[in-house]
Amino acid sequence: MSGLDDESLPRDNGELVFEALWEARALAIAVALVDKLGLPWDAFRHRLMDEIATDPQRPYYESWSAALESMVIDLKLTTPAALDKAAPTERTPL
Amino acid sequence: MIADHHHPADLAPVEARVAAIESVLVEKGVIDTEMLDQIVQNFEDNLGPMNGAKVVARAWTDSAYKERLLSDGTAAIAELGFHGPQGEYMVVVESTPVVHNLVVCTLCSCYPWPTLGIPPKWYKAPAYRSRAIREPRKLLAEMGTVIPDDVEIRVWDSSAEARYLVLPMRPEGTAELSEEQLAGIITRDSMIGVARL
Repeated sequence: MSGLDDESLPRDNGELVFEALWEARALAIAVALVDKLGLPWDAFRHRLMDEIATDPQRPYYESWSAALESMVIDLKLTTPAALDKAAPTERTPL
Repeated sequence: MIADHHHPADLAPVEARVAAIESVLVEKGVIDTEMLDQIVQNFEDNLGPMNGAKVVARAWTDSAYKERLLSDGTAAIAELGFHGPQGEYMVVVESTPVVHNLVVCTLCSCYPWPTLGIPPKWYKAPAYRSRAIREPRKLLAEMGTVIPDDVEIRVWDSSAEARYLVLPMRPEGTAELSEEQLAGIITRDSMIGVARL
């Protein structure tokens, strides 16, 4: 997805719901994952709390992403090497 | 950065990492992209403070509902059709002329998604999370909400076990308004407790 158009992003009480598409995606992956695996939300939340505590000044969704990564690795759904390999370097053009 | 057809933008490392996590999970069949689309769409279309506003407006106009809301928030909110992830264990706290309620999540960002949607940026910021507990009156004043000294401020720290929604005071001069009109004047910030109506 490309061409982030400010006007097309959802607003809520005048504020953006998500500041970037990847933030929305990161949130949705966590929600879908705990739902699919039948885990309590705390399984994710505790990791998020730990990541925020480790680096309080880091942007929020970066902590979210780190928590997500640690969860999928601990659940043995993937490995850091597989993630390195799967990471795109550019946005897909429209 | 804006990407165009000929010059795709470089991805920030975190953006690439999230895309990688998505792609491996989809490949493994753990989740599918349609499910993610639906979750995002649901946040954009259906979850937000307009739902919490309906809950508050109902409580202002129906005293039996208000009683149910204060005794079992989750069930009373579900009566209006609002439930789902982060909407469990809802506790509704009523602000009065002598008590002002303020909601925070000190450790992360617990927030009632079905009734308020995604938290605003400041709610997740370290400054709000620490100062709401340490110096709520000063913080509120800086956010434009001066709470008189004779009004007690109660701060509620959200967690997995309890997610709070403030039932703000109904403003004066609204006796003639319908429930729907009332819902139109209830703001997100008043339901977090950083504003009064």
